Amino acid sequence: MRAALLALFTLISPVASAYEIEDRTLFAATGATADVTLKVLSTADTDVFAPILRSFQADNPSVAVDYITVSSAEIMVAVVEEQEAFDLVISSAMDLQIKLSNDGYAQPHRSSATQALPDWAAWREEVFGFTREPASIVLSRAAFDGLDLPRTRPDLIRILRENPDRFRGRIGTYDIRQSGLGYLFATQDSRNSETFWRLSETLGSLGTRLYCCSGAMIDDVEEGELAIAYNVLGSYATARLDGGDSSVIVLPQDYVTLMLRSALIPANAAHPDTAGALVDHLITDALGDDLPDRPFPALLPMGQDAATAPSPIRLGPGLLVFLDRLRRENFIRAWEASMLQ
Amino acid sequence: MNTATVPASGSIRRRLIVQLVAGAAVLAALLFFVVQDLSRRLAENAQDNVLIASATSISDAMRVEGQAITVDIPYSALSMLGSVSDDRVFYAVLIDGELLTGYENLEGPEGGGAATGRYAGDDVRVVAVERTLSVAGTLREARVIVAQTRSGQQAVRATIAQVAATLGVGFFVLSVVSGILAANAAVRPLRRLTGSIARRGPDDLRPVTAPAPQEMLPLVSALNGFMERLKASLSRSEDFIAEAAHRVRTPLATVRTQAEIALRRVERPENRAALREMIRAIDESSRSAGQLLDHAVVTFRSDTLEQTAIDLQTLAEETAERLAPLAEMRDIDLIVAEDSMPAPTRGDPILLTSALRNVLDNAIKYGPEAGRVTMRSYVEDQYAILSVEDEGKGFPDGEQALTGRFARGANVGGIVGSGLGLTIVEEVVSTHGGQLILRNHPEGGGACVLLCLPYLP
Ligand SMILES: Nc1ncnc2c1ncn2[C@@H]1O[C@H](COP(=O)(O)OP(=O)(O)O)[C@@H](O)[C@H]1O
Ligand SMILES: [Mg+2]
Repeated sequence: MRAALLALFTLISPVASAYEIEDRTLFAATGATADVTLKVLSTADTDVFAPILRSFQADNPSVAVDYITVSSAEIMVAVVEEQEAFDLVISSAMDLQIKLSNDGYAQPHRSSATQALPDWAAWREEVFGFTREPASIVLSRAAFDGLDLPRTRPDLIRILRENPDRFRGRIGTYDIRQSGLGYLFATQDSRNSETFWRLSETLGSLGTRLYCCSGAMIDDVEEGELAIAYNVLGSYATARLDGGDSSVIVLPQDYVTLMLRSALIPANAAHPDTAGALVDHLITDALGDDLPDRPFPALLPMGQDAATAPSPIRLGPGLLVFLDRLRRENFIRAWEASMLQ
Repeated sequence: MNTATVPASGSIRRRLIVQLVAGAAVLAALLFFVVQDLSRRLAENAQDNVLIASATSISDAMRVEGQAITVDIPYSALSMLGSVSDDRVFYAVLIDGELLTGYENLEGPEGGGAATGRYAGDDVRVVAVERTLSVAGTLREARVIVAQTRSGQQAVRATIAQVAATLGVGFFVLSVVSGILAANAAVRPLRRLTGSIARRGPDDLRPVTAPAPQEMLPLVSALNGFMERLKASLSRSEDFIAEAAHRVRTPLATVRTQAEIALRRVERPENRAALREMIRAIDESSRSAGQLLDHAVVTFRSDTLEQTAIDLQTLAEETAERLAPLAEMRDIDLIVAEDSMPAPTRGDPILLTSALRNVLDNAIKYGPEAGRVTMRSYVEDQYAILSVEDEGKGFPDGEQALTGRFARGANVGGIVGSGLGLTIVEEVVSTHGGQLILRNHPEGGGACVLLCLPYLP
């Protein structure tokens, strides 16, 4: 039956799905029967997310998960334009998640787990943050041979200006026109400090290379292609650079942009209850201690007082501002002007 | 005494309670609605203020770039809306009615201000702010509309409504309790007055002197006035009786004297018998008049009872001496028993003498000729007791009401009497706080009357 369904899927999907799928994996039910197949649309790589799904399936053996990886921009295409029904949408682009909820594409979910979430980690009982991930700078040790490692953005600007030849063409950052997360990081940078535009000028003048995703940037640093990757997801970097000594992850000390990866249940979900169970699983996990096999950092800062720790980007309607058509156009124009000289 | 049943026309207490409770209910409902309405307006106002601030900051961010108007929506314009509640937010910027940026088909009140409407399937509060910009010499109408759903406002209102309801119900319950207490308190002096009057003895016509609430003073003084009048009219009638008795007795005494003089002169036995019969009738009449007088005196004097120390033994001896002539007429031996002892009490000597004289009078009247009447005084059970025994046939069986006014027993036969004697005795004894006991001698002997008075040494 399921095979037939999948076959049907493959047959019709090129027609039905105009959105671009990066990867699609079916996590078959671990129990004897599959009562429900959860259709999860996510920006997180399959192998990164797999441990979470497996532990969820350990508790819910009759649930199969159809895990579809897309870019955050494609989520908007799939949910808003195609109106395709998913059970859960997981994204690192907080602003897009807020927009989905604000525009009525999400449904509320209430449980003891969601009640336990701190105020700032949820919006409208529809968007639930379950990680806290910093935007970081990854540096190649070799490239910085003989130089002090920068601790702040002004540091970085100064070093780049003093050694333009060493770094020309060896800096990478997000192409904010392609990556929703990159756009989120850039816009938050621009809110936080004027340094952002100076840094962009400097990066632009050194022929910075633009990437779609954190993974590719980190790989290039590892391979020595890049000396600096700016605004990389810290969690990915930690995972990939595990053990290696050639690169170093810097959390800038002037300010850190903290992103919440979040989940929402679409209004047209076929299995909202099971999706709710998965949300609860994510939240319970996120509020627990950092487990070794958990691919994402916990929601509450480890070993730090939640009150004094830097606060993450607030889930709220403010995030809609940079999705405004005019504002986005103006921002991208300004960014292009400085980045693509 | 017969109590006329007065039909009750409602109850003051109930009326008071009903009025207070009804008033409290109206006030509580009013309180509820006022608080709720106020809260609705406050919540709406608060939301309007934020919305207007948001729209104004968007409007202020508009600028002309080249030939076109552009706007960078300020971050704070929308984030401030998220600071109050998790409500959905919509906005639109229109230039001359054309959407520049934002949500399509969002409509706000013409000419600015706030209104309630619907958007995207939700109730929204929507404000509009308008501004005129000059672009390359032409004036352009810019309109900023910001809307927010109202679930936060509704949640606040629901909370406040609950508080208001609790407040209203609490207020109501409190008012009901205090209303009942107040009604009871208002009626209590009435009850107290009723009680104090109901507890009084039948002849107690003293004015009410206990303090009463101002509102009841007219009633109390009317009551006192009424009792005053009643007392006056009672004493007038007692006076009248006394006066009448006195007027009857004086001429009777004259007639009796004349009859006695005539008796001495008349020789013929049948004439003497007629005269003796006449004297007896005169005596009887004057005794009845005397009893009427006594009765009036008792009623009058018992209002303000004198408290003289009196020994019943002495009283018995003195009275025996005084009534000796009357007893002799029937050859009766009137004695005070040898084993008598002093029996002290307190009271009015005139009343007590009058009581004892009436008892002795009966004993002489109903006892056999040439018999004996024995008085005995003693103390028993905190009572000073004076007993009077005769050797007659005793009280008739089964008659309880011999002490009633003008009540006479079945045993009177031809013996004349008014039926007032025992009435006087009973009244005197009870005004002194004592008890009158009528009984017959166990061994077929005559009547035994006990005057039991408080033992007060
Ligand atoms: N000593 C007595 N022996 C018998 N009967 C008596 C005696 N004293 C009173 N009574 C009864 O009690 C009644 C009421 O007495 P009293 O009030 O003195 O009225 P009265 O003597 O004028 O008849 C008498 O009519 C009589 O029947
Ligand atoms: Mg008598």
